Amino acid sequence: MTPKKADRLATGILYGIAGIIVVILASLLLYILAQGLPHVSFKFLTTPSKSFQAGGGIGIQLFNSFYLLFITMLVSIPISLGAGIYLSEYAPNNWVTGLIRTAIEILSSLPSVVVGLFGFLLFVVKAQLGFSIISGALALTFFNLPLLTRNVEESLKAVHFTQREAGLALGLSRWETVTHVIIPEALPGILTGVILGAGRIFGEAAALIYTAGQSAPALDFTNWNPLSISSPLNIFRQAETLAVHIWKINSEGNMPDGPTVSAGASAVLILAVLLFNFLARFLGKRIHKKMTSA
Amino acid sequence: MEHIRESLIKKSKKAKLEQIGKFVSFLCITLIVLVVVAIFYFVASKGLATFFDNGVHLKDFLFGKVWNPSSVDKQGKPLVGALPMIMGSLLVTFLSAIVATPFAIGAAIFMTEISPKLGTKILQPVIELLVGIPSVVYGFIGLSVVVPAVRNVFGGSGFGILSGTFVLFVMILPTVTSMTVDALKSVPRHYREASLALGATRWQTIYKVVLRAATPGIMTAVVFGMSRAFGEALAIQMVIGNAALMPHSLTSPAATLTSILTMGIGNTIMGTLENNVLWSLALILLTMSLLFNILIRWIGKKGEMK
Repeated sequence: MTPKKADRLATGILYGIAGIIVVILASLLLYILAQGLPHVSFKFLTTPSKSFQAGGGIGIQLFNSFYLLFITMLVSIPISLGAGIYLSEYAPNNWVTGLIRTAIEILSSLPSVVVGLFGFLLFVVKAQLGFSIISGALALTFFNLPLLTRNVEESLKAVHFTQREAGLALGLSRWETVTHVIIPEALPGILTGVILGAGRIFGEAAALIYTAGQSAPALDFTNWNPLSISSPLNIFRQAETLAVHIWKINSEGNMPDGPTVSAGASAVLILAVLLFNFLARFLGKRIHKKMTSA
Repeated sequence: MEHIRESLIKKSKKAKLEQIGKFVSFLCITLIVLVVVAIFYFVASKGLATFFDNGVHLKDFLFGKVWNPSSVDKQGKPLVGALPMIMGSLLVTFLSAIVATPFAIGAAIFMTEISPKLGTKILQPVIELLVGIPSVVYGFIGLSVVVPAVRNVFGGSGFGILSGTFVLFVMILPTVTSMTVDALKSVPRHYREASLALGATRWQTIYKVVLRAATPGIMTAVVFGMSRAFGEALAIQMVIGNAALMPHSLTSPAATLTSILTMGIGNTIMGTLENNVLWSLALILLTMSLLFNILIRWIGKKGEMK
């Protein structure tokens, strides 16, 4: 075979591979949406689930997913902001910082089951919080922290050093420079990272099975007392999320319309994640435009 | 006079704020490091209890072929052989990496060398979307599409390593691809120009120059994908069949470390052998994840472009 022929053949094969990947994704998305969307109705999204009869919805699970996401972010954003600021502004270039970076890298590569089991042991068993939203949110925080921290650090580092010099030259302390000059400048990057992280958390199940629990007790949406057990705001109640619900239906199989419910739930989950991705791009661009007047 | 003296000697408000800020941000980073240490400590102390408290030999655990922790064999030793799960995990990991690597490299070459325009317009968003799909959804699709397909083609139940491999292949493909793209992009442009100037065709340039120069980066990408595959739990648990037997064929039900772990931990009582031995499985997972991490660092160090 002449080199020219080989070149043409290779190009053809590479086009083929790219095509196959696009086809895989397209069929995945189409399959989920075609299977799931017909079952998604207002009733499906708002009614509670049933375990031994057909016709259950995903109302409580959907609420739990969002609420858990909210609590997780409430805990993990401040911590990762602090950690990111330290790494980008204060950390000296020595072996301790190297060790810290290694630790963060290891944490981000740990399997999510292991993080979930650790959360189970520490919060559910040792701290006696039981299967609860707070246990789940803390486990998800561990899972979320390394990525968010790295994102904050990178966004802060991307800010030009002249901005820091300008702040310091005006007599601001380093901390004030960071909070008043650098963070506003880095906000679009940080926000994009937060939203992408939110998408990841929204679909996470392995870390939640043994922390937030696998059942969704009935909620009374008129009860807004956070200490009452039937209140949606109570953080000490069990809370099965949408992703856990899909897993549970499929691995237990005692729901007569399990396949249709999980197809509908998968469609909702995918749409939510797509929405997060879209939002991340859109908001990132929008804020960048607004703040830099470009 | 007195208050000027005082303001000169005393720390200013701003200096205090600076100190507090630095301290708080340092606390945050310490917290993360503490979490990592705590994870290792707790999982190790629970996982090692199997060997120290229950007296199971490490050899029986790692190489035993029978998994039935609630019963004992003829000599009265508990049946806690983890080899079936270790084999299952390793098999699905390696097989899915073997299938995913050519696709990932092909797609990455397409995106960087052949058609960057189509690549950034179509392939890039496609791959980003694939990353975002939650693992339970992959599991659900595996259960409702891949498993029946395998059943129809190869017979049997359809659950098994083959189905698991297929699901993991799709799951790790985007990660490996985007890391390979980064590796190819980091090959300096003048390498390509030099090769083309010598009269090499595009494919010769890709094959003999670009891929060679990017090999360490590509290997890192593959190892990273493998560490993902090894730790994946729910998607694989839904399609592999969860039978803790030595895998005899690719289409017979098998189990992985993660699948037995997720199934079992809720059905056993804390502190018993049945529970401790599950924590030992978690310890294996943790160790493997650490090993993959070290491997990635080692490749990175060896292959630094000079």
